Formats: sequence, C-alpha cells, structure tokens
Amino acid sequence: MSWSHVMAMAGADLRRLFKSKDYWIPLMLMAGLFFVIIPFFSLSMIGSLENTQFVDQVTQIVGQLPDSVSRAVSGETATARASYVVAVFLLAPIAIIVPLTISAAVGSNAIVGERERGTGEFLAHSPLKTSEIYIGKLIASLVPGYLATFVGFSLYAVIVNLTVGPSLGGWFFPTKGWLVLILWVIPPFIAIALSLILRLSARVRSAAAAQQASSLVTLPIIIVSYAVAAGVVASPDASGLWVGAVAWVIAGLLITRGAKTLQRDRLLGVASEV
Amino acid sequence: MKSEMDPAIRFSAVTKVFGRIRAVESLDFIAPTGAVTVLLGPNGAGKTTTVRLTTGALVADRGNIEVLGLHPKTDGDEVRRRTGVVPPKPAFYDQLTGWENLQFAARIFAGTDASAYEAAERFAIEDALDQEVGGYSTGMRTRLALARAVIHDPEVLLLDEPTAGLDPESARNVLNLIAELASKGRSIVLCTHLLHEAEGIADHVVLMSEGHARVAGPPKELASRYMPDPIIIFDAENRHSLNQLAEFEGVIDVQWNGGIHATLKDLDRLPDLIADLVDGGARLTRVEPLVPTLEELYFEMQRSHEEQDV
Repeated sequence: MSWSHVMAMAGADLRRLFKSKDYWIPLMLMAGLFFVIIPFFSLSMIGSLENTQFVDQVTQIVGQLPDSVSRAVSGETATARASYVVAVFLLAPIAIIVPLTISAAVGSNAIVGERERGTGEFLAHSPLKTSEIYIGKLIASLVPGYLATFVGFSLYAVIVNLTVGPSLGGWFFPTKGWLVLILWVIPPFIAIALSLILRLSARVRSAAAAQQASSLVTLPIIIVSYAVAAGVVASPDASGLWVGAVAWVIAGLLITRGAKTLQRDRLLGVASEV
Repeated sequence: MKSEMDPAIRFSAVTKVFGRIRAVESLDFIAPTGAVTVLLGPNGAGKTTTVRLTTGALVADRGNIEVLGLHPKTDGDEVRRRTGVVPPKPAFYDQLTGWENLQFAARIFAGTDASAYEAAERFAIEDALDQEVGGYSTGMRTRLALARAVIHDPEVLLLDEPTAGLDPESARNVLNLIAELASKGRSIVLCTHLLHEAEGIADHVVLMSEGHARVAGPPKELASRYMPDPIIIFDAENRHSLNQLAEFEGVIDVQWNGGIHATLKDLDRLPDLIADLVDGGARLTRVEPLVPTLEELYFEMQRSHEEQDV
C-alpha cells in the first residue's frame, strides 16, 4: 500500500469537505450546542440553585454509588457536588454522540457518493488500490470526528472550569477518566463505526440509503459507547485502559477486513446488481 | 516479452455479463500499437464495458485480455498506470478547483504534480485552473478530463464518447487534440456512435453491436471488402445527358445522389465511358471517384451483416 496514494485520497476528500459549508456549518452548530451552549446553561443553572429538589436527588444518587465513585465526587456543598456530577458524569455520553455523528455523516457518503457523482469512474480507472481508497476515505471520515472530539472537549473543559471551577476550588476538568475516554476510548469506537459504515457505503445504491443504513450501525454503537463512556469516566483506571485496548483491536480487525473487501466495480455503480 | 508489432490491446473471446444482460459476448478485437482504433456502434453495443474491462475496472467473466502485454485482471495496477481514460461524462470534485482536481490526479498517476500545469496548457484550460470545476462549461470539463487523462503521459488512451454534449466547434477542437496525440505515437481507442467523428482519424475500425465485434480492420481494407466495386460520381451541365449511363457496358448500378453515382465493374472502363458520354452530348462538370465515408461503409457493413443473419 502506498501512503502517498492514501494521503492524496484523504487530502482530496478533506479539502472537498471543508469547502462544503452547507455540510460542516450544521455540524459545527450541533457541536457548539452540545459542547458549549447546553453545558453552559445547565451548569450555570445548577450553580445558582440552593437546596432544591434536584440537588437533593443528585445528592441521594451520589450516596448510592459505589464508594470508589462517590469518593471521586468533589465539592464542599451539595450544589457544588451536583454540579460536579452533571459536568463529569451526566454529560459524558456527548463525548461519543457528537464526533460519531459527524464522522458517520461523512463516512456514509464516502463511497456511494463517488458512484453518484461519477467520480468513482476516475478512481476505478486509476492505479489506486481499493485498499488505498478505503483507508484514504476512512482517514477523511475520522479526521472531522477526532477534530470535533479534541476541539469540542477543549471548549467543554473551558466552560466547565469557568462555571463549576470556582465552587470546587479551581480548574478540575478534564479528570483522569475523561482523558482516558478522549484519548484512548473514543477514537477506536469512532473507527469501529466508520469501518462498518464504509462497507455499507460501498454496498448500497444511493447516498440516502447509505445514511439510513449507517444509522443502523451508529445507534447500537452509541448505546454501547454510552455505557462504556459512563463507566470509564466513573472508574478510569484499569477498566478504561482495557476497554480502549479491546476497542482498538476490534477496530484494527474491521479496518483490515474492510480494506480487503472493497471491490473496484463498486466504484462504477455497475456491480452485480445490474 | 512485448514486441513493437504486438497490438496495444487484444481481446480474445471476452464475455462480461451483468445479471441477465450480456454486455459483451465472445468479443474479439485488437487495437494496434500507435494507431487510432475506433470502436463504432450504437448505444448499448458494449463500448463502455470494453473500456472498463481494458483497465481492469471490471473483470471479464470469460476470455483473455492483454493490454501492453499485461493482463488487467492480474496486473491491473500496472495497466492503469500506463493508460489514461476519458469517460463519457467526465466527473470531477466540483467543489475543488481545476488545479486541485489535476493535482489529485497527478499525485495518483505520476506521484508528483509537476506535470499538471503542462497538461492543462496542452488543452488550453490553464486560465481556468483557479476556478471551482462546478462552474465549468461542458467543453471546459472535457478539456480538463483530457488533461487529466494524459497527465502521466500514458501509452494507451481510452476515450469514451469524448465529444458527448459538446457544441460542434468544441467537438472539432477535441477531435483535433486527439489527432495531435495520435500523431505523437499514442495508441488511442475512441468509442463513439457518431460516424462523422471517427472519419479521418480512424486507422482501425471495430464495428460493435450487441456486445460483439462484427467487423474490424483499417477503413481502406473494410472499404475494399464491403464496397469492392469502384463508384464514380458524374455531373454535367445538361444532366439529362447522363441518363444513358445505366445502359453503358460495365456499369453495374446508377443512383442519383447530388450527382450520379455510377458503380463500375472495373475502373479500366472509365476512359471509354467518358468518351461515350461526351460523344452522346454530355457537357461533363464532374468525374470523381467516390472514397466511401465511414458512414457509407458503416451502413454497408450493417446491411451485409443483416443479410448474413437472415
């Protein structure tokens, strides 16, 4: 496999993507909503509450959590502890949903889009190996998701520290669990989803069908990763590392297999269904 | 080992089936090295499938294909590295500029974008390279597609309906560019259903229909095979004086078509024929041998094959 070919493919796709404002502006708005606006308003609101029913309920829930988790909850007052729980535990699933949605939106159209536009004909007649096309498109789909993860969480960290930090004695976010999640667990989950979505993209007949089919893959992975993300944030030590390691192995296997199964005639739109 | 005399492309009993559609069936033809081969046939004749099989974009179900002495099925990457393709409706990444599209192709085919600007200049598209391709006219897209196809200086160029959708002037320009490439020794395969397009640039013609190659060969050879009797065009100031032609010895057939098209048994009869006409009072303005156009040849070949089929 030629990496210069892979990067040429990925580069062309990324350049095209970043020039398509109608594609990335809605995604930026979605990321802004989940990483900035919702956290800011919800944490500001909790911070202004004193001895309300919500704060009592959160305090009760924390009391019922395992010792290792409840010990991790910082804060002198009930309101501060409630803010910490919401900022660190409740919003954890966003870590998966936003980048996965962004990457899935790109990936689902990756191969079937070439067929629909007719540009697949050029790729099919080119010396690019199908594995180079697959990996190039995988990279082009991963980059927006990873970018959303790192930029989004940097913004999220600023919002959390500015709104909740003063009541917790200073900047506390990201916690160890979040770092494991962002750097080690989320990336392979996005890769797993994309490896499957690209294979679907090569098999379906239209971009609309690809988007429908990708939701079949994305939703279960969001549900699994939701649970995993919450678990890793609550108990970041060994479990997070193991979960990440297993996810990387699965992602590696799926990507290797996906790269081998893309057929050149699928780029032409004349595969065996004709 | 490939020799100079080997054809650039050789199809031997090639079949490709899509479900119940037999796109090409037992297809045999050669495209000689350094020549312009025209795949001539109506829509659905299997021309595009033939191009796709040539580069290995599709794999044949049966038969053998050789391109530059290589097999597209097993040596596809090498075949594609040495061929250039202009598809019927050239598609590009419309959000990217002409330059970015060419750069992408250059990096894939040549490993560097050094040749991209030169290719654009060759097809006079260099002034539009900083524009997004989405705003290009059909003619500009075709010229960009041609530039993209020759960016790596391919040995074989496959052009599938390259003038589709172009106005007559742009189409003529594209054909001139093809003729120029041919003059530089490239092996070119031109797929078309437009007979006038192939006229004058075809060194070798393959007449395709329903996935088969019905006839193949150089136009002159095909002309002598399918239109063996010489045809002379006569015209005169007093046209009625030409009516007597049909009764002259050695004249097989006479048809009005602008002038009189007289089919002769033998060209040796022509001096006597002219003398007889003049003696009969004809004031001749035109005596010219008919060189059959590809169109005339095409319909003659079709007619001949339909008779054989019957």
